[in-house]
Amino acid sequence: MSVLLIAEHNNKELKPFTLNAATAASQIDSEVHAVIIGQNSAEAAKQLSELPLVKKVLSVEAAHYENFTAENFAPVIVKLAEGYSHIVCSANTFGKNLMPRIAAHLDTSQVSDIIKVISSDTFLRPIYAGNAFATIKSNDEKKCVTIRPTSFDPCESSGGSAVIEKVEAGEEFSNTKFVKREEIKSDRPELGTARIVVSGGRGMQSGDNFRLITEIADKLGAAIGASRAAVDAGYISNDHQVGQTGKVVVPDLYIAIGISGAIQHLAGMKESKVIVAINKDGEAPIFSVADYGLEADLFEAIPQFMEELNKLNTIQK
Amino acid sequence: MKILVAVKRVIDYNVQIRVKEDGTGVVTDNVKMSTNPPDDNAIEEAVKIKEAGKATEVVAITVGEEKAQETVRKALAVGADRGIHVKADGILEPLAVSKILQKIVDKEKPDLVFMGKQAIDDDCNQTGQMLSALLNWPQATFASKIDVKDNKLEVTREIDEGLETIEINVPAIVTCDLRLNEPRYASLPNIMKAKKKPIEEIAASDLGVDVSPRLEQLKVEEPPKRKAGIKVANVAELVQKLKNEAKVI
Repeated sequence: MSVLLIAEHNNKELKPFTLNAATAASQIDSEVHAVIIGQNSAEAAKQLSELPLVKKVLSVEAAHYENFTAENFAPVIVKLAEGYSHIVCSANTFGKNLMPRIAAHLDTSQVSDIIKVISSDTFLRPIYAGNAFATIKSNDEKKCVTIRPTSFDPCESSGGSAVIEKVEAGEEFSNTKFVKREEIKSDRPELGTARIVVSGGRGMQSGDNFRLITEIADKLGAAIGASRAAVDAGYISNDHQVGQTGKVVVPDLYIAIGISGAIQHLAGMKESKVIVAINKDGEAPIFSVADYGLEADLFEAIPQFMEELNKLNTIQK
Repeated sequence: MKILVAVKRVIDYNVQIRVKEDGTGVVTDNVKMSTNPPDDNAIEEAVKIKEAGKATEVVAITVGEEKAQETVRKALAVGADRGIHVKADGILEPLAVSKILQKIVDKEKPDLVFMGKQAIDDDCNQTGQMLSALLNWPQATFASKIDVKDNKLEVTREIDEGLETIEINVPAIVTCDLRLNEPRYASLPNIMKAKKKPIEEIAASDLGVDVSPRLEQLKVEEPPKRKAGIKVANVAELVQKLKNEAKVI
């Protein structure tokens, strides 16, 4: 038995969630090999070889892998899968897009978005937006598993020295062409991995008012989140959405401001260590998951909050 | 151009689900059911493309028990031309559904297949990708914008880093994000008209597909509950608690 981990990267460096996926992979079996597919991705492959959990790196490079198209990636991994009992990657948009394409080729029923490895064939995963947990046993010979990154700690990123083996590239899938990627650049911590997240909802009332959220986030060194309602209303871009169909976050502190707490939003944040809710509706469902609830008009509460934060001498980053 | 749209019947998104006491699943008796929300976006987009004169027919399909047909009827009421109901009971895994859809695609020969990116019951997010693998078609997942060009689609996809645009040749699969469009409501006259639109019924067993589950659901349980929190009186108290009690700032 051995596990093939699919590394996520940007051709220059590994994406952080690859470390979480490596941890999950190692809990299935200690023999973890990792495949990295890209173009001019030698530096990222080297980083991958330095993860102590990874015993061997398989590196595949070709021009048509530059943009991580699932149609190009899947056949390469399907071919490599012969030697492995499990294929593992993160259940973020990269893995969600790719893994089912591999599973179907292998005639395997995929286990999506697991939050715990119970044994090599049995996994815990949330269903119904995290309102229930299902224990699932896979009876397929090969198992395709995507893991919820925030449910596994990142592994050590240095000290290892796995061999890097070159693997021949596959053919290009010509019916899909990459056009462009619009990445939203930010100096703030990434939403998925931030220690503190400050989120705004429909209660913010406008995109302009979202600067109040920005100010607090800047003060706390936090990432900015949003409810789907706020994103749909155009207050903020979609990459900030927290929830069932957005990002799942598990920060030490989650501050929900003007968010009522729809089931779909709670699914994305209720595992946070400490939750603060500020909402003027005392009956809002967000208070049912909040460790500290403040029933107040956010337009009065936020400036006071800033003032109190300013009084504190040291803010840990 | 012909568009096949797959829809699934799920517990309504506003319902707070309850886990069965015997751990075998969630309570579905006397619970409000609806079309999976992003599947509504898939139907809406197909109908809009037809209304723009870029598609000739929109066919709605569901796979599932008797009552699943309600979702096809709803699709007909908002503009789909005809329906297909592949009847199958019990748990259907995405792999089984994609194999059934593959058989229907072979028969119907659509140019595009649309569906929601994820069902809100099992949260698997697999069927569209699996179907495109089985057909060896391009896939545009998590679509928030679709431009139909000659035998091509330009699709904007919602990815973790922001947005990605790809161009795919027809035939192709698109899985739809909630932000793709605003699904319309069915008007009463259209609901009446939809009752006359044809729905073809096919038994899954007649398609020669093995739909038996590969996964065993050993247990379904409630997630651990958070301990009850407290309400604070004012902002000063909140900040003190966060600093001295929770020690997170």
